[in-house]
Amino acid sequence: MLEITPLHYSLLSAALFMIGVIGVLVRRNVIIIFMSIELILNAVNINLIALSDRLQDLAGQVFVVFVIAVAAAEAAVGLGIIIAFYRNKETVNIDEIQIMRW
Amino acid sequence: MLETVVVPLLKIAVLLNAVLVAVTFLVLMERKVIAWAQSRLGPMRVGPYGILQAIADPIKLILKEDITPAKADKYVFTLAPIMSLVPALVVFAVVPFGPDPLYYVSDINVGLLFIISVTSIGVYGIILGGWASNSKYPLLASLRASAQLISYEIAVTMTLVSVILTTGTLSLVGIVEAQREGGLWFAFVQPVALMLVFIGGLAETNRAPFDLPEAETELTGGFHTEYSGMRFSLFFLAEYANMIVISAIVVIMFFGGWLAPFPNVPALAFLGFLPPWVWFIGKIFLFLYVFIWIRATLPRYRYDQLMGLGWKVLIPIAIGNLVVTGILKVAF
Amino acid sequence: MAEAIVFWTLAVLILGLGVMVISARSAVHSVLFLVVNFLLVAVLYVTLNAEFVAVIQVLVYAGGIVVLYLFVVMLVNLKKAPERYADPRRIAWTGTLLAGAVLAEVIAIVYASVSSDEAGAAGGGFGADTPFAECGAGPLVSCNTEQLGWVLYTSYLIPFELASMLLLVAMVGAIVLAKRHL
Repeated sequence: MLEITPLHYSLLSAALFMIGVIGVLVRRNVIIIFMSIELILNAVNINLIALSDRLQDLAGQVFVVFVIAVAAAEAAVGLGIIIAFYRNKETVNIDEIQIMRW
Repeated sequence: MLETVVVPLLKIAVLLNAVLVAVTFLVLMERKVIAWAQSRLGPMRVGPYGILQAIADPIKLILKEDITPAKADKYVFTLAPIMSLVPALVVFAVVPFGPDPLYYVSDINVGLLFIISVTSIGVYGIILGGWASNSKYPLLASLRASAQLISYEIAVTMTLVSVILTTGTLSLVGIVEAQREGGLWFAFVQPVALMLVFIGGLAETNRAPFDLPEAETELTGGFHTEYSGMRFSLFFLAEYANMIVISAIVVIMFFGGWLAPFPNVPALAFLGFLPPWVWFIGKIFLFLYVFIWIRATLPRYRYDQLMGLGWKVLIPIAIGNLVVTGILKVAF
Repeated sequence: MAEAIVFWTLAVLILGLGVMVISARSAVHSVLFLVVNFLLVAVLYVTLNAEFVAVIQVLVYAGGIVVLYLFVVMLVNLKKAPERYADPRRIAWTGTLLAGAVLAEVIAIVYASVSSDEAGAAGGGFGADTPFAECGAGPLVSCNTEQLGWVLYTSYLIPFELASMLLLVAMVGAIVLAKRHL
């Protein structure tokens, strides 16, 4: 309890990951689903940083930099899709996004 | 205990009070300078030459009624001014007022990145303030403001990278030390960068000629239209604290921080009779004067001109400056 | 002791804010909780000796990506709440159930890898490919940024360039998607 091992960080990461997964599966607002994906990415990052510190290996931090870059790209494209979709259907409810083309 | 807890806390307390007092006098200074620019006297009634106006203004703001609009999002409405003020004050944690550890709260290895990232949080206060008011003009103003802040942030950050390239350190103390060792202020090494950071700084603090988020004539006051009393004064404080921050960054990066002018000329060594922090604060106030001077002189940009300037002029010049700096760094 | 206090405080706050993000009614409130969550994760990174990544987290995530989210939430000014219409085939509680299964799986993996980690560490199986370099400066001055830059531009040069290409593609894609008339 008082000594913090990498296991603690991994469990924190797993819990945050699960919160993100719940958000993706339960919420119907696409924007919130995207935010849940950001939470999942953050959970992964916590794990990478904690293990990087434990193993004294910078590869983990380099990975986090890449994950952040990919998250930025994903947010830009994903939000672009949401805007384009909203313009056509006036909704961001994922249950109404069923057709592949219009 | 004394070294790690008490001394830093004392420093923080002194620093915060100094910044807040400086802001009240900055408002007075602004009113006076603009008055002189327009052949007026400015505030003259409170105290000799209106000096006590700096105390009367805050008292008036605190005593005013604090109104929350009926349809506003209450929590966010209260949170927004705080979110804009706190980053502006947090930045001072890494600003060095002198060479000695006594003069700064901390000197962290990523000091400059810290400043850039913390100031980028300040935009939330503006966006949320406009959104939570649940009113047309504040919403428009806050969308404008956030687009403006994000665009100019890119240019400023790019430009600061080229300065980092010349020093090889992100620590603010290290940057000033590099100027002392080089014997030359970076204003002479990186004049283009200086111009870019200063223009970008004007835009990031929503000052004229880039004060579109607060354009009274178009938007009835901007994102803080619905705010009054204490909460309005927090926005006000944040804006002026940000002006001080930008001036401090310009002084540290380009004008040698606490160094006396021309540190390498022996004939000017007598300038060292003033303590370093006096030089630093003096330079900051010089730049604040320039901020006010510009406000009194230049007309406001149109919105499309503003975005055009940011994306089509400043960012390409910033990238070009970065490339040239890199080439020169490798060549020499 | 101090480390434990910091860790538990941060862990509780991060998880609590995570729950708030996915449970808040208003999307703007969700975004706010997300910002605070990211800032706290950045603090966690600082405690793990990753100052540069922490600052990048604040700069790119909290100061960039989430502002983008806030923009979209404000642009998508909804006339009807998105949670109003639910697909009749949707069974929400299975989502929570499945997430629980995911958690169980991840925890199982964590424990399995910890036991194999101990076995590996005992056998000397772990060697850092890109170790933290020595930097003998003052207590507050670490050279995390320099090391990371060095590794990024030598060992990871090609992935780094690929990431920049990815960002370029994303930028073009976002403009194409969001612009009405090209």
